[in-house]
Amino acid sequence: MLAVVETKPASVEAKPVLRVEGLKAYYQMNYFGVRREVRAVDDISLTIKRNEIYGIAGESSSGKSSLIKTIAGAITPPLRVVEGSVKFDFGGKELDVYAERPAMKAARWKHLSYVMQGSMNVLNPVRKVKHAFHDFAFKHMGLSEQDFRARVESHLQRIGLDPRVLEAYPHQLSGGMRQRLTIGLATVCEPEFIIADEPTTALDVLVQQDVLALIKEVQQRLGSSIIFVTHDMTVHAAIADRIGIVYAGRLVEEGPTIDVFERPQHPYTAHLIASLPRIGDTKKRIALPGKPPNLADPPSGCRFHPRCPLAIDKCTRENPPLVPRQTGRVACWRAGEVEAA
Amino acid sequence: MTTLLELDHINKDYRIRGFLDRSTLHAVKDVSFSLEVEKPEIFTIVGESGSGKTTTARMILGNETPTSGHLRFMGEDVAAIRSRAERLKFMARVQPIFQNPFEAFNPLTTLDYFLFATAKRFLGLKDQANIEAATDRALNHVGLSLAEVRGRYSHELSGGQLQRIAVARALIPEPKLIVADEPVSMVDASLRMSIVNLFRDLRDTLGVSIIYITHDLSTAYYISDRVIIMHRGDVVEAGDAKTVLGHPQHAYSRALREAVLPPDPVAARRIIAQRMASAKAAEARQPG
Repeated sequence: MLAVVETKPASVEAKPVLRVEGLKAYYQMNYFGVRREVRAVDDISLTIKRNEIYGIAGESSSGKSSLIKTIAGAITPPLRVVEGSVKFDFGGKELDVYAERPAMKAARWKHLSYVMQGSMNVLNPVRKVKHAFHDFAFKHMGLSEQDFRARVESHLQRIGLDPRVLEAYPHQLSGGMRQRLTIGLATVCEPEFIIADEPTTALDVLVQQDVLALIKEVQQRLGSSIIFVTHDMTVHAAIADRIGIVYAGRLVEEGPTIDVFERPQHPYTAHLIASLPRIGDTKKRIALPGKPPNLADPPSGCRFHPRCPLAIDKCTRENPPLVPRQTGRVACWRAGEVEAA
Repeated sequence: MTTLLELDHINKDYRIRGFLDRSTLHAVKDVSFSLEVEKPEIFTIVGESGSGKTTTARMILGNETPTSGHLRFMGEDVAAIRSRAERLKFMARVQPIFQNPFEAFNPLTTLDYFLFATAKRFLGLKDQANIEAATDRALNHVGLSLAEVRGRYSHELSGGQLQRIAVARALIPEPKLIVADEPVSMVDASLRMSIVNLFRDLRDTLGVSIIYITHDLSTAYYISDRVIIMHRGDVVEAGDAKTVLGHPQHAYSRALREAVLPPDPVAARRIIAQRMASAKAAEARQPG
């Protein structure tokens, strides 16, 4: 077949594939002279290495979706980038998402692709699946119609789908098959970077593990990097190499998955992990008091302090910086003082 | 012992009419169980989508009539309720909680309206002071107060708070039974526990029985007293929650149990690695 196996030079391997520096993206609204600003992404810096699955965890309205939209360059007003930069490194060529729009457009799908949450929203319900592949990938592959079809078929076979699904309409397929298809769509061009937004949330429990195994398998085969967003900590436990915890638009902790689960440094992370129910354990789980902060009017100092069991006076006044600690980074004045439950 | 709710060999069939053909879908097949008044409990129905768990819930709420079998609440056949007054009396004692609190409340109406309307309708209250007192009492049970909720719209509150208000609304008529259909699947994992703990408290302090419908085995294990596992309309396994979910016997319940990812990176990774290996083996077996 035509599958091209690319070998990357060693010097390229060492450089991170994505560098986000001091990124601030706000929803800025101006209705009838009333200005409103929602700081959904507030001063986030992170790097993602080659061949890595980076998980972003956080509750809804924590800004995790705004963050990945900003990284993908897929933002529309009122969400605007106020400060900072997002830079990709595709095969040694640096690409600034917000400075080089045309180059970014060319890189989409070939180098950077997405797996989205509702598979039904991605696949057009009145067109056969083969048209979706054609629409998304054909112009990026530079192949003839025939070769393209052969390539898509062999790709589908590798992700465990019968090539006959190309002739089907989306509603004729099960939820698990559709989610496989969206993964197939995102990986057919063998991109270096994949953004996955809650890819398993809408799936039945029995299919979830298979889809996760598929994502991991494709990632290992292609050597791509994946940024993976979900609020389900057990999914992060299963496939993420590193986790970043987002709270109220800020990155509060980041580190290798196993370390974050075993020795959480931030009280919010510790709570997230301690509150997970386990079969075989009925010990009472304590729910976090209070409510998620309003990003239009966030609390002063550390944004977690109104709900934090360890909050001290300093937390209400000064915002803790994200500093290296042990194997990761953490933003907390009392980092490491939490006892992991 | 008085029987609170009794499902006696319940079946529900749906006729599917296509363009030319017609067929019958057996949504619920021969389901029987009962709850006692004296022993409030959290009774869990576990199943995937299409297992018939929501249809069962709708029949318990009286929104659907069983095709065959009897569904009795406090000894009375629910299908035999005809008059409006009897219907209201039944609804006051069996209250629902829905999956998505953002859809359950009209976004253009303040939340207190729904609470007051429930108090007026089911408690027959006319005086505003009494209505507010009943509402406040129900909100206190879920850790909120009327002062916090008055005049607020659904978009001003978080999913967890909104689901609490939905629970409070269900508590206003002082029901004996609450039917909660996937009450936490739209709520964040971190807020899920607050809702689930609330159910425990309601059972222990108010003596309300709760039918908890879910596909999430870990929260089911955490709060349930008894559980039934449904698969394509059939009850495949039933019994004490800790036994059934801890040591499932039926092949389907075992598969469900194995599909739960442990919140432990080492164990979870091992499971995913096994899945990858078996997928590879299946691929190798395929010709071509």
